[in-house]
Amino acid sequence: MVSATGSPGYIINWLEIVGRKTSGIVTEIGRVIMFLVHTVRWTFSWPFYAKNVLKQMEQIGFNSIPVVLTTALSTGMVLALQSYTGFKRFGAETLIGTVVSLSMTRELGPVLTGLMVAGRAGASMAAELGTMRVTEQIDALSTLATNPMKYLVVPRFIASTLMMFFLTALGMIIGITGGYFVGVKVLGTNPVTYINNSIDYTEVSDIWYGLIKALVFGAVVGLIGCYKGFSTQGGAEGVGKATTGAVVVSCMLILILDYFLSAVLW
Amino acid sequence: MAMIEIVDVHKSFGDLHVLRGVNLAVEKGESMTVIGGSGSGKSVLLKHIIGLLFPDGGRVIVDGQVLNDLDEYGLNELRKKFGMLFQGSALFDSLTVWENVGFGLKQHTKLSDREIKKITTDKLALVGLKDVEDKMPSDLSGGMKKRVGLARAIAMDAAIILYDEPTTGLDPITADAINDLIIDLRKKLGVTSVAITHDMQSAYKISDRIAMLYKGEIQEIGTPQQIRNTTNPIVHQFITGSAVGPITAD
Repeated sequence: MVSATGSPGYIINWLEIVGRKTSGIVTEIGRVIMFLVHTVRWTFSWPFYAKNVLKQMEQIGFNSIPVVLTTALSTGMVLALQSYTGFKRFGAETLIGTVVSLSMTRELGPVLTGLMVAGRAGASMAAELGTMRVTEQIDALSTLATNPMKYLVVPRFIASTLMMFFLTALGMIIGITGGYFVGVKVLGTNPVTYINNSIDYTEVSDIWYGLIKALVFGAVVGLIGCYKGFSTQGGAEGVGKATTGAVVVSCMLILILDYFLSAVLW
Repeated sequence: MAMIEIVDVHKSFGDLHVLRGVNLAVEKGESMTVIGGSGSGKSVLLKHIIGLLFPDGGRVIVDGQVLNDLDEYGLNELRKKFGMLFQGSALFDSLTVWENVGFGLKQHTKLSDREIKKITTDKLALVGLKDVEDKMPSDLSGGMKKRVGLARAIAMDAAIILYDEPTTGLDPITADAINDLIIDLRKKLGVTSVAITHDMQSAYKISDRIAMLYKGEIQEIGTPQQIRNTTNPIVHQFITGSAVGPITAD
């Protein structure tokens, strides 16, 4: 089709831009995959910096507990409140517990925890490593015969993956507890029916599906946070871009992978 | 045989051809300074010597070993012979001064923290610092950071020390103190050193020989006296700091 200006040059320029953008995206994906391959490779090789892993578990996991608890509690309570409004219209109030349990275990627990940790810990990882990159601290590690991937990336990757698992489990418990509180104490649903319905219709596999998602999301947050930090260029502006990029890409990947994992773990 | 040999090294970043066939040899115990303007490829050259970058063409040979041919383990073993002082000191800001200085010892020896702390105190004394072991890098002045960076560079008893713009960003008196320290360390430790700088006062003072890098090629190599008396218009313009001549400002 001829362009509005009727100029073939216009179309060629447009195609060039599209081609360049596509090439850039594909190159970036390739770099992330290579970064993942190196990270996994160094995860299973000596030496193992256990102290660094514990420190990162504290920073990524322990320090994220308040934000995860708040999010999970709020979500569980709101979910109970909203589903009560809908279910009351056809007399199914007793199923609130089921809805809250299934939603928190299969979907909202892992996804919301993933998004919260991406915003808090993923940004922190990218900013810290980005600053180390632009101030040559990562080069300094190499000159001291220490592999920066092993020393900096592997501990964050392991800690992020493991702690997302535990944070999500905690989020599920708190969210379900919040739903119970609203359903039973505020809205007056029968507590025995509420608990029985929650247990009867929630299977152990639902919990595992959620926790498997959490492991994947944890790996994504650790990988992208470290990748963006490691590939930072320039000064303060570069660190800012890396931080924003880490959060945006991690959140997008979590949401995209959530669909595919849900489809696979159906 | 030279301690460091750079043989016909080429390096490009995308379309930018930064090093265009650099040849340079540094003898054992020698102090070589590479001078050149911003963007001339000095830092890229220095990073090739310690294997932070690898050449697209040519070879870098350190202590008889070709860096390009080394695997991860071999490269790290070779790097243990190096110490490097970075332009901005590059101290690990999450670690204290003694943890920074003793980092290499902690990673590569079985010494206890107490023994490492004793060594770091000695190395810090060697660079003229005391009672700073437990401070954080953010508590130090620019000059003190350079000294701590230098202490870290010599902590593992390096045979080769690389200096990346050692006096940049320092006041003239502190800069001269760092120059004296570099000379003093060389006398005491007998190390081979390579510095890159555009500070001619520093270059004349600390060097046995000076090499001028311009547009990715070595223009001239000579003693400080030979460089002062150069007839090469590019080198002459650079060392006199004149805006008029073959070198144009970016």
